Amino acid sequence: MTRVAEIAGLHVSYDADGARRNVLRGLDFEVSEGELVALLGPNGSGKTTLLRAIVGTVPRDAGRVSLFGRDIATWNRMELARRVAVLPQSLVLPDGFRVAEIVEMGRAPHATRWFGSSDADAAAVERALADADALDLAERHADELSGGERQRVLVAMALAQEPELLLLDEPTLHLDIAHQAALLASVAHLRARRGLTVIAVLHDLNLAAAHAPRLAVLGGGRIVADGPPESVMRPDLIRDLFGVAVDEARTADGRRFLVPRASPIANEPSPRRGGMTG
Amino acid sequence: MRAGVAPRPLVRGPALTRAVVVLGGAGALLLVALVAGIGLGSVTVAPDDVLRVLAHRLLGIGASSGVSPSTETIIVDLRLPRVLGAMVVGAGLACAGTVFQAILRNPMADPYIIGTAAGASLGATVGIVLPLLVPALAIGAGSSVLGLGAVQLLAFAGGVATVALVIGVARSGGRLPSVTLLLTGYAVSSLLAAGVALLMFASGRALAAIFSWLMGSLAAVGWLDLAIAGPIVLAVFVVLFARWRSLNLLLLGDGPAANLGLDVGREKLRLTMLATLSTSAAVAISGTIGFVGLVVPHLLRLAAGPDHRLLLPASAVLGAALLVLADLGARLAGGIPVGVVTALVGAPFFLFLLRRSRRVVSTMPA
Repeated sequence: MTRVAEIAGLHVSYDADGARRNVLRGLDFEVSEGELVALLGPNGSGKTTLLRAIVGTVPRDAGRVSLFGRDIATWNRMELARRVAVLPQSLVLPDGFRVAEIVEMGRAPHATRWFGSSDADAAAVERALADADALDLAERHADELSGGERQRVLVAMALAQEPELLLLDEPTLHLDIAHQAALLASVAHLRARRGLTVIAVLHDLNLAAAHAPRLAVLGGGRIVADGPPESVMRPDLIRDLFGVAVDEARTADGRRFLVPRASPIANEPSPRRGGMTG
Repeated sequence: MRAGVAPRPLVRGPALTRAVVVLGGAGALLLVALVAGIGLGSVTVAPDDVLRVLAHRLLGIGASSGVSPSTETIIVDLRLPRVLGAMVVGAGLACAGTVFQAILRNPMADPYIIGTAAGASLGATVGIVLPLLVPALAIGAGSSVLGLGAVQLLAFAGGVATVALVIGVARSGGRLPSVTLLLTGYAVSSLLAAGVALLMFASGRALAAIFSWLMGSLAAVGWLDLAIAGPIVLAVFVVLFARWRSLNLLLLGDGPAANLGLDVGREKLRLTMLATLSTSAAVAISGTIGFVGLVVPHLLRLAAGPDHRLLLPASAVLGAALLVLADLGARLAGGIPVGVVTALVGAPFFLFLLRRSRRVVSTMPA
């Protein structure tokens, strides 16, 4: 199978409060065509940084990042935007545009007309709206949307780019449980239908296990666990990584899930709250 | 969508009717402003005479027979350059304001926000004061380089150089963060304003000239000023208009715009320099006229929406029309500075916008 993303020995560090913080330390990660990978890990473990490194918007200290077999440094932004779409953690939709106009901005990397849009653009926008279940929102204005509708619009905008690789940074943030499940189900569906490769940063372990065939867990600047949900959703691994004791439980139909115990383990520093994520 | 009605295409440009109404309305206002601006004054010229002379002299249509030579002189030599100057300045400032509001994603941005006005003011002030302070230069006072006044040239250079400096300081690693750009512009503006104040303090009898420049005036605009500032403003407009897609994408924010293929740092740099050229060219021939560049894009965003395909040309036309009318008002009010008129009309409107946007913020979900 074709490799979409190949990362080897990646080191990335930031200047934070005057000190150098090593976020990624020799990370290795590979994603093949058509995969749906959920990226998990504690706050500040470098999930967002890894996504940024994949699209080359964060400077590397060392290591190799290549997309579709080509080093990321050799891509220009426009080439990249034709093949890779990113759904950022936070995006304030500008006021005054209709949803269809915002989704059409996703066509920018493919624009062939100087002033308007081509038939191909119009078809792509319509297909993206339909695939993201947002056709009924097309005529609405951005400031009239609920959180769930907004997220569908962002997914549509990313799909309008007609990417081969889709990166999602906490797409379920601000969504209720019904919308979380609906969004991930639709991503899984789109992956099959459009042959997309998807890497999604998620926080909810059980949600990830329910929707992604492969989970990759970040800890200490590397991938510490990578594989199908059964092999990754281990109470000991989760306790070591997140510093919280979990119990394993099973639903009546046999699905496994992890439930944190009421209080975190004593004598462990509690994970940093708020502030940086990813 | 009702059954039986063909669905409207989801993708289309700015609605055609809206574009026609907005551009047509602004264009009609500009025509009215043009005729009124030329016709009204100490000597009143009838609208049909104004149109006949303009058609003859500018477009070569018909003849200006029936209009007295003195009236024709008033129209062509006195009022026309001033009205055209107002159009160039108004259009240039409104376009620059539209662009700065998009780049900085800040609705309160105006063409002067990152230091253009402060730089141009210092340049002009130096141009006014220097011949007085250094007698050797006094011989050259009123003389010119390439026929253009030293004050205009120094104002233009001051505006462009200041923004270049601000960008140089604010830029880091190919990125041009909006907040840093704003704060750097503010700091540098304050510094240069101190320089202007110091020169005003030391200027003696040139104080009135400096003051009048700072308030803005179109009284001294001549054909030569127009021949230089006009093409700059027009060329910048054309280039900006061609970049409507970048301007729209920047409204999404730097990160999302980059993910859609825009080289954000470089594009912001390009747009900033273009808007600065337009602003500096306008300021060089008129002094610092406030509020046009702030208010016009806002007014149009409410009426025409945020799409720069319509917003930018509409801003240019409405900016031109409003400044011609403001200058006419200034003239009819006994020659008060046009900057006073735009501030008198613009400031209350600005307050209205502030109140309005506060209401929007307070109704936003947490």
